[in-house]
Amino acid sequence: MSLAIFATTDWETFAQYGINGLSFGMLIALIALGYTMVYGIVELINFAHGDLFMLGGFLAFTILTGMKITGESETLMIAGGLFLCFIAVPIFCAVLNASVDFAVYKPLRSAPKLAPLVSAIGVSFIFMNIGLFWGGPQDVSFPDLIPNDNLIPSGMLDAESKLQFTGKNLIVFAVTIPLMIALTIFVRLTTLGKAMRAAAQNPTAARLMGIDVDRVIAVTFMIGGGLAGFASIIYGLTVNTLTYQMGFQNGLYAFTAAVLGGIGNIPGAVLGGLVIGLVSSYGAGYIGQQWTGALIFTALIVLLVFRPSGLLGTRVREKV
Amino acid sequence: MKGLPTWSFVLFAIFAIYPFFPTFDEHFFNLTNRSLGDQLGGLFLFAVLALALNVVVGYTGLLHLGIAAFFGIGAYTTGVLLAPVYPFNVNFWVALPLSVVVAMLAGLLLAAPSLRLRGDYLAIVTLGFGEVVKSAIKNLPEITRGTQGLSPLAPPDVYGVTVDWALDYRPFYYICLLALVLVFYLLGRLESSRLGRAWVAIREDELAATCMGLNTAKLKLAAFALAAALAGFAGSLYAVKMTSTVGPDAFDFNKSIFVLCCLILGGLGSRSGCLLGVFILYGFDFILSPILDGYVQTWVGPDNKATWQSFSGWRLIIFGTVLILVMRFRPEGLLPSDRVKDELQSGGAK
Repeated sequence: MSLAIFATTDWETFAQYGINGLSFGMLIALIALGYTMVYGIVELINFAHGDLFMLGGFLAFTILTGMKITGESETLMIAGGLFLCFIAVPIFCAVLNASVDFAVYKPLRSAPKLAPLVSAIGVSFIFMNIGLFWGGPQDVSFPDLIPNDNLIPSGMLDAESKLQFTGKNLIVFAVTIPLMIALTIFVRLTTLGKAMRAAAQNPTAARLMGIDVDRVIAVTFMIGGGLAGFASIIYGLTVNTLTYQMGFQNGLYAFTAAVLGGIGNIPGAVLGGLVIGLVSSYGAGYIGQQWTGALIFTALIVLLVFRPSGLLGTRVREKV
Repeated sequence: MKGLPTWSFVLFAIFAIYPFFPTFDEHFFNLTNRSLGDQLGGLFLFAVLALALNVVVGYTGLLHLGIAAFFGIGAYTTGVLLAPVYPFNVNFWVALPLSVVVAMLAGLLLAAPSLRLRGDYLAIVTLGFGEVVKSAIKNLPEITRGTQGLSPLAPPDVYGVTVDWALDYRPFYYICLLALVLVFYLLGRLESSRLGRAWVAIREDELAATCMGLNTAKLKLAAFALAAALAGFAGSLYAVKMTSTVGPDAFDFNKSIFVLCCLILGGLGSRSGCLLGVFILYGFDFILSPILDGYVQTWVGPDNKATWQSFSGWRLIIFGTVLILVMRFRPEGLLPSDRVKDELQSGGAK
């Protein structure tokens, strides 16, 4: 990994890194939404969110291997297995996330901010341990179900072109974009979404207006968990390895994305996710894979120093 | 104000005479194949690290999630200054203050730009800094030897000590104990000084503290610098104790969180709580776990070696449950300082 890479750089590799970066970024954005929505309402950094994502991945793995589905299975079997995953995993994550909120965070709503945060770290430990029992200490290989063929028609680019847009890239966008659109519609147009925005703005006032804030919070945890569930399946399908520690790393990236975009801000989380994806992809390509993490966090520190409330966040006055 | 609490004298005195009763250590060694005295030396350094973190999180009330980075910076500075692969090869007693200074400068470097951030953002920046340091250690093998760590690091010269430091735990035991005692009483004095009281004022109500004419930015900077310096001090001793800088994973987020858990369990802002938290969690990990693992192994039989069949396999579940329960039922920790207890019971400033 040296500067020699720059010499061979051309627009195609540049564009390729861009495609990979955007698809990784969409995945991160999906996890980041769970962080940002929860933070927006209860001002809690839900440390366990990344590990929830990890557990979702293991559930998808268990479902698929339980049905004995591999890359060589019949298309119908694969489609059925994936369909089941896309139903069961988000529900599992949503219910788990909401139950944790009910059992652990809810009694601490009026406690100092450190209390729920530390509890979230505790939940994260428990999830990680469950993941360790579930998947074992080694990497687990997720069934490779999505063909890695190039989807760009061969006539479109010249013959030597190596630019690829694979099935794996496609599935990321095919799942994340509709989810984000649905989420936007939900938050903007439905009554519950409106209640959610009201509760985020001012929980006390929202309660006075007759909004059942506890219910809104539960729904928020469910939606965040569900999105993490979707993200975990896509992660399994595209990255193909799971480990019980993956929640920490990806959760951290996603949380960084949420902060980068302005925590509490839904479009901000998506933007932040894309930025993280692009930074990690170009960083890995031009500087070196091993520096990705350092690069992301350096970018975060620099950005926060100059724009402390994130890219899209508005400066909030400290509540006294 | 009363004087220094007597219990701490008693505790430290017990530790000071522990090596004169070698039967304990032998018994423990037969049980777990480790020397308890050696483990205790590590525990003392860990307690120094916890007291360091307590300055920022406990006194000043700023959530810091990257203390391990400064521990690592201290360890690696000492490593670079002592390791035979480098030309310096200085005496440890020169390397120790230099490591403290380097760690402190790193602390200032992190704190200076990030102090205007709000609570959670500050937490995440410290976390990010920790990850950057860890990945720098990992990815600069030319300087740090990557995952192998810098070794061997020669033990310090102490006048009159002629035993083999690798075989006898006592020299390091006493150095670590001395370090802990020093830091413990130093912080005790600091707590009631002008600086310490100013930190507590910031924790309780930053706005009010500013209105009373405190320069909060400077004070926070001082807290970060002191925490970093103490962590670097512990790190430097840790490196010579291990005779190696160990490797990047010894200084990662897990370690930062582990130290934070000790503080929270024991009681934020309270030195005695700090010690208790470290005794419980470190003792659990390095003293109790190996013993129980031995028992569980004889109980389930040698053929059952799955993770869930060992006691230490449940470590994170136990930790997590303890954290959740403490936050739910005793958020001020097991041995809180009176002041923190009052703050929490009156609803808290934040």
